[in-house]
Parts: sequence; structure tokens; C-alpha cells
Amino acid sequence: MAVAATPIRVLIGKVGLDGHDRGVKLIARALRDAGTEVIYTGLHQTPEQVVNTAIQEDVDAIGLSILSGAHNTLFRRVLELLKEQGGEDIVLFGGGIIPDDDLAALKAAGVRALFGPGAPMNEIVDFVKGLRS
Amino acid sequence: MTVSSLQTRNKPGDTLKLVERVKAGNVRAISRVITLLENREADGIAIVSRLVSAKRDAMVIGITGYPGTGKSTLIDRLVTAYRRLGKKVGVLAVDISSPVTGGALLGDRVRMQDHTLDHDVYIRSMATRGHHGGLAQATRDAVSVLEAGGYEVILIETIGTGQNEVDVVNVAHTVAAVVAPGLGDEVQAMKAGLLEVAHIIVVNKGDLAGADTTLRDLRDWCPTVLRITAATGEGIPEFVAAIAEHQRLRDLRGSSACPTGKGIGF
Repeated sequence: MAVAATPIRVLIGKVGLDGHDRGVKLIARALRDAGTEVIYTGLHQTPEQVVNTAIQEDVDAIGLSILSGAHNTLFRRVLELLKEQGGEDIVLFGGGIIPDDDLAALKAAGVRALFGPGAPMNEIVDFVKGLRS
Repeated sequence: MTVSSLQTRNKPGDTLKLVERVKAGNVRAISRVITLLENREADGIAIVSRLVSAKRDAMVIGITGYPGTGKSTLIDRLVTAYRRLGKKVGVLAVDISSPVTGGALLGDRVRMQDHTLDHDVYIRSMATRGHHGGLAQATRDAVSVLEAGGYEVILIETIGTGQNEVDVVNVAHTVAAVVAPGLGDEVQAMKAGLLEVAHIIVVNKGDLAGADTTLRDLRDWCPTVLRITAATGEGIPEFVAAIAEHQRLRDLRGSSACPTGKGIGF
């Protein structure tokens, strides 16, 4: 049985006014099946809630699903709060409908990876598992 | 064991600093120490041994019960009640790890979101990581960390238990078992195990059909049985009062307040 001695801990959730949670639930479940401890926060989180939760849960990474179009504001705010609270070592990644023009800017701002529509599940799982190697 | 980023994040010499920061109530430090304990790293154990002397007199309450009976919602309500009393509250919410992959979906805090921005509430999800008994192996030590960090009420949510996961009795001062209507007849109420060791039995979802029968069956066999509807908050003040009464009796009688005669707490 390939059970890691120290599982990776990841916060998975949705921020803002966005109720489309089918995709994020699939990802939470896939990460669970890959041996990750997934802290699932559910819908309608504020960036403040996300960062407080990430710090209390001492996660290795935060994965946010944003399908509302507010990605530029929300990802940047999470990065800002992580910095304020001394959590810069927590990796931020995400997914959603994000135009190409915004992708590069968000990555430059510090979002480690962004997965768009059609991203294969194993790509996301491999990214998370790769955080420890 | 693979070298984790957590291990590299915790440099040698940080141990003493972490102890001081936990005692000062620093959330980042508290979280990190609980991770060290979960990962069974030597630093974690060394830190806990230094924290024991700093331990304050926290009230430790265990909430256990069958899956889906409303434990998380009940804890959410209890946090609100204890915050109104001005207490600093810590929650350790345990969910099960997959026996196949070691992964876990920790979803208890979905029901506790109103408290995420309250700096006097700390909520930590813990996976069982193969430990049996309803808690994670590190839960007991995590209680010591929260106590040293100044949390006055510590609520422990066990995994959704069967009849035999009763470890929480050895960690919490007062244990409440949560049941819901319609899960069995009087003979279930007579069986040994979970219902036998709990100090308080909560019939949650008390507004559902069948709650009267469940209450009657349990009251024939168990000492303190309360009807609560956690979703609306009905019965919560009575629950808080019952916990306080149990703690009072426990303080008066010492460990003999535990019906099983097992050791309570530390």
C-alpha cells in the first residue's frame, strides 16, 4: 500500500459569488484518491476566510476554483493576505475560465499554476503531488 | 520517509522559538506544531513536553456519534455559545483517512464558516492516518498545544463513529454522543459502547418524526438525554448547561464522575 507518511495538505474551495461547484468537488475527490489530505471549504469564501483557514490548517497549498470572472481581483487578494500573515510559503494555484491575457499576469503575480477548461485531471493531481519533490 | 517541505520549513533551533510563539497564542506556530505532531516528528514531541508546564485549565469537550447525525453543526452552535461567554475556543475536527490511499476529505469546517474570521476561534481538521478509536493519534497532544496557546474551551469532533470508537473518553472531560431519530430501537439503546461511555446523549434533528420515540427509548437506559435541533439552535442553551453541570460534578468528585470508571482527561 503506497501510503505517504506525511500526506500533502491542500485547501480546496471556491471564492466569491460563484455557485458552480461540480468541478471543484471532482478535483477534491481526485486529490483525496491521490493520497492528499483535502480541506474542503465549500462555496462563497472570501479571500480573508481562505487565508485564515489555510493558516489554521497549515496547508502546503491552496487551490481555488473561480468561474465568475473575478479571478484577477480574488487571486491577487489571496496572495496579498498570505504575505501579510507570513504565509508566503503556501503555494497558490487555481482553475477556471481565465482569458490568456490574464494567465501570464496572474502567474507573474505569484499564482503557481492555473488550469483551464479541459485540463486533464492527472495534470492537476501530478502538480499537487509534485509540490513535495 | 520522504523529506517533506514541512520538515525543511522547520529549521533546527526553531524549536524554542515555536514554544514561545505557541505560548503567546501565535496561530501560525500553533498550526505548525500540530503538523509536526501529526507527522510524528521528533521536534513536535520535544515541543509538547515543553508546553505541558504552560498548560492552563481548559475545558475539553468531546462530541462523538454516528455519521451524519449533525456533530459539526452542533459544534458550530457550541462555538457561538462559548464565544458569547467570552471564551477563546479551539476545535479539533477529526475525519477518516482512506485505508487505501492515505488521502482524506476533511469537510467538517464547511459547517463552521461563521467563525473563520473570529481571531479567538481556532479550527483544525485532522485525518486519522490509520489510527483507530475515532481520533487521530496526535489529537491528544494537539489539545495540549491549544491549551498552552490560551484556548479555554476545546471541542473535539470525532469521526462518524460506530459503537466501538471511544478513545475520546480518554481525552475529553465531558463527552456527548450525538444520535438522530430513526437509527434503531430500544435494544440499540441498551447496547454497550458509545452510548454507555458518553456523559450526555444528544438526540439531534429533534424536529424530525420519530424523535419522541428515540428520546423515550434512550431515557430508559441513559442518564442525561437532550433533544436538540442544531440547525435552528433549539436546545443549545440546555446542552451548554448540561456540559457545565457535568464539569461541576466532575470537579467535585474527581475522576469518579466518569460512569465507566476510566480515567478522564489528563
